[in-house]
Amino acid sequence: MSKYRNFLIGSALAALTASPALAEKYGIGRPALPEEVAAWDHDISPDGTGLPVGSGSVEDGEAIFSENCAICHGEFAEGVDNWPKLAGGDGTLADKDPLKTVGSYWPYLSTVYDYVRRSMPFGAAQTMSDDDVYAITAYILYSNYIVEDDFVLSNENFLDVEMPNAGGFIVDDRETAEASFWTEPCMKDCKEGEVKITMRATVLNVTPEEEGAAEEAPAEPAAPVEEAKAEEPAAEPVVEEAAALDPELVKDGEKVFKKCKACHQVGEGAQNKTGPMLNGVVGGPVAVIEDFKYSKGMKEFGDSGETWTDENLAAFLSKPKDFIAKTKMSFVGLKKEKDIAAVTEYLKSVSQ
Amino acid sequence: MTVRFTSKKPSRRAFLKGTLASTAGVMAGAGAANAAGPDPLITEKQDWAMGTGDGVDETPYGLPIQFEGDVIRRNVEWLTADTISSINFSPIHALDGTITPQGCAFERHHSGAIELRKEDFRLMINGLVDTPLVFTYEDLERFPRVNKTFFLECAANTGMEWAGAQLNGAQFTHGMIHNMEYSGVSLRTLLEEAGVKPEGKWVYVEGADASSNGRSIPIEKALDDCIIAFKANGEALRKEHGYPVRLVVPGWEGNMWVKWVRRIEVKEIAVESREETSKYTDTLEDGTARKWTWVMDAKSVVTSPSPQSPIKHGHGPLVITGLAWSGRGAITRVDVSKDGGKTWETARLANPGQPMALTRFYLDTEWNGEEMYLQSRAMDETGYVQPTKNMLREIRGENSVYHNNCIQTWWVKADGEAENVEVS
Repeated sequence: MSKYRNFLIGSALAALTASPALAEKYGIGRPALPEEVAAWDHDISPDGTGLPVGSGSVEDGEAIFSENCAICHGEFAEGVDNWPKLAGGDGTLADKDPLKTVGSYWPYLSTVYDYVRRSMPFGAAQTMSDDDVYAITAYILYSNYIVEDDFVLSNENFLDVEMPNAGGFIVDDRETAEASFWTEPCMKDCKEGEVKITMRATVLNVTPEEEGAAEEAPAEPAAPVEEAKAEEPAAEPVVEEAAALDPELVKDGEKVFKKCKACHQVGEGAQNKTGPMLNGVVGGPVAVIEDFKYSKGMKEFGDSGETWTDENLAAFLSKPKDFIAKTKMSFVGLKKEKDIAAVTEYLKSVSQ
Repeated sequence: MTVRFTSKKPSRRAFLKGTLASTAGVMAGAGAANAAGPDPLITEKQDWAMGTGDGVDETPYGLPIQFEGDVIRRNVEWLTADTISSINFSPIHALDGTITPQGCAFERHHSGAIELRKEDFRLMINGLVDTPLVFTYEDLERFPRVNKTFFLECAANTGMEWAGAQLNGAQFTHGMIHNMEYSGVSLRTLLEEAGVKPEGKWVYVEGADASSNGRSIPIEKALDDCIIAFKANGEALRKEHGYPVRLVVPGWEGNMWVKWVRRIEVKEIAVESREETSKYTDTLEDGTARKWTWVMDAKSVVTSPSPQSPIKHGHGPLVITGLAWSGRGAITRVDVSKDGGKTWETARLANPGQPMALTRFYLDTEWNGEEMYLQSRAMDETGYVQPTKNMLREIRGENSVYHNNCIQTWWVKADGEAENVEVS
């Protein structure tokens, strides 16, 4: 232990002596303008520094959360699939499998506001207004039974909210708590009796398979195009459509689709994930996949007899929330028309 | 007038030859000094010895030869909800030396690997400084440069093994690590250019991607050895590692090495961002959590033999090899045990340990088919000795995810296959 301390002191001294007494300036770079600092400096500290003026209610938050967050985090912030659970877990931190949520674990409310405002919703970060972020934060608090349903959160009362696990953290104490790890290692007769296996990884069988990885990789990107071509002579009625597919565009579309992959599956064996599977979506009826819970707005759009024409799809993909007011899809939209055309072409290709 | 063979597909003849050759290999491995018969790979003329190979511009930027196609990053799908906010693993079982090639160095993104052009890159330093500054990529290239090699280990490396042996392969148990030679500018140089005010105790660093992955770093560390890096292993950073510019925080958990770094704010207090409160904190047995556990403790693993790299040759000489590292300084010694930690022998370090960089170790030994419970144990220059899993559990319980630096055991069986196990 003392050895370690000395080492630290030694390196600190070395660092001091190695650095010049007066820092040399190079005159490189330029002063940051106040507008530039304001545009990027958004972090919020536990003491509330950085909080914008504004407010939002639990009531508003419920609707905003349902529309923007529930698709991954669940209507009650309970989490969907492997996506983070934001509520619950109270009193589980000492259990075998602790459930760490905003309510059960997060020590500071500032962290919620800071993170939601800069990084959420997933795929459409920095699109929420400051008031919306207050409302979402308020709703997450409500989901954790920290505030009542008539609560309104604002920059004024922000620091009054008491986080249940605020006192649950200690600063890294390994150097003292684990001081016994600084030791002289044993070389002989270090264990008594016979060493036995107490647990085996293969029993669990959770390790990914490796075979085929090398051969599959190069073949993959080309596959959808080939499929599309192969269909040409066989299926008479769709010949025109199949022939019209532009392989280059399909290829570009597959790249664009990476943005969608987090929530949507396509191709053989595609299943509903956070969003519905998209086989056959282009040209087909709207909101018809069984077992998928569409938003009310999407359902109504489908019930009106609309189909996913290229035009409808383009309008939806450019600004999802403008096209279907209450869509659950939190994606911000594709800015470039050519990306929309490409991803549409790709969706056509994988649907054949 | 050159004759050119294009033998991309293996012929039946080549296949037969291959079979013969591998049979011969096994026999040689069994300890026979004399070959059973002449080796056709030697006695017969081979295609590659008669024709010519690829011309110089065949691949303007080369990938490994097709035969190494299985040496790739791999993902454990059930770990995360999707691949955009996820992690994969370096194939450390198949590498030697210490430098991790960028193309197979593990990736961890919180909102995907973005494409940011050098021309669009801006780095801002603001907060408690004399002059808030903005730098372009070209600006960074004009500052005095540093070049150093460091490991980056994700705090969650080996995290799935807390409760017991889970994943069967060094790639999956220990592959959230890479080791690269970085070129860039000392963070200290940039901070001094802006002029840190005396009340500045922390820097808060964030990336340009949607996650921003902001982290607070004490000013002492920021002024010590951190690098604003733009090259790794001699070439530009890869997209997945933060092109064009990332932060290097030697010896500290990988999450702090902010990629696509765009802003550094000097502050009086820590921001307590999502990544330093809800994540990257270590829950202890009683439910209390440690925070600010930045430094990566000394750790090592045998990379071969291991489950993905079994012993394929026969009895006789065997090279046991692995990697060791410490966030507190240089590795000074690595011991290896074949009997599950009862007796240890000191391995040979390929090169003297470098501070906060991977160290390669070898144990040149004999193996005659006996079962082994193979372990390695690292020691660093502060005298820290890598603990067993039970020693860690005694202090921390089993609720932690991060900072599992326990001694790993591979059960090497009589047939040379290996499995991830825990031992008494």
